Amino acid sequence: MRFKKQKEIVCAEPDMTPMIDMTFQLIAFFMVLLNFGEGEQDQTITLPKSVLARPPDTPTEAPIVVQLTRRNTVLIGGEELPVTALAAPLARERAALQSKHMEPADATIFIRADVDAKAGVVQELIQQCQTAGFGKFGLRAKNEDQ
Amino acid sequence: MKIRKSATTSVDKIEQQMTPMIDIVFLLLIFFMFSFKIASPEGDFNIKMPVASQVTTETETPAIPIKVRLRADAAGNLAAIVMNDRDLGTDFGQLQLQIISIVGGDAGPGSAADTTECELECDYHLRYETVIEVITAISGYVEGNQIVKLIQKIRFSPPRNSR
Repeated sequence: MRFKKQKEIVCAEPDMTPMIDMTFQLIAFFMVLLNFGEGEQDQTITLPKSVLARPPDTPTEAPIVVQLTRRNTVLIGGEELPVTALAAPLARERAALQSKHMEPADATIFIRADVDAKAGVVQELIQQCQTAGFGKFGLRAKNEDQ
Repeated sequence: MKIRKSATTSVDKIEQQMTPMIDIVFLLLIFFMFSFKIASPEGDFNIKMPVASQVTTETETPAIPIKVRLRADAAGNLAAIVMNDRDLGTDFGQLQLQIISIVGGDAGPGSAADTTECELECDYHLRYETVIEVITAISGYVEGNQIVKLIQKIRFSPPRNSR
């Protein structure tokens, strides 16, 4: 009687180490570059460009970002409001500052306005903030290399 | 006689299950890839607009006044730049030359650039982009890789032609 040889099952296992190494390096790369602070930048707003607009060397103490769309509405705290209805959100910002033992005068309002927004509306926005007690403003622009 | 198996002869290889870890790692990678945005750097132009009560209590030395009037056409584009009642057309370079002629190369605390204040009077319908272009021309220029600062004190007067 003839016996057949039992076939050996060869399990080919690929070496996963280089792939895992590379994947971890990619994760580290994206983690370092990810800036959660960009959440306050609405992508629908096209900022004007300026060669002088460079990121500040030191961070601002109490920044408040207010965005003005091309429809001349204001984006603040996740809400879209007309310029005339800013009293309530600004009062909230004021209360938040006071809870940190700060005054509105210590804060800086950064205005991210669209290129097509009207200058008069930007000034109305500044006026509304002044009424709420804020006095320092920054007009934000995108850096343009020469 | 019973022969015992030597302990050294059978090396059991314990293999870890890598699949769940690789799954999680790929999920993390996808999350970071989708969250990643290439954002160009942004900068600010400081505008001092103190509230009325603060203005009255300030006792600073009066600065050299420069008044820049920005006229807009019906579409909101720049129609004319008028600096201290002098029409400069729509040329930002001309405006900057005028500012340099006033401020000069003077810099540092107490200098003309430090004390000079510029008041912008814009038409209501003027495009914001133009305002930033004018502020850029007033506040400085780039020489090589260095920023040469001109006027830093910029304020707005109430807008014109709002109706």
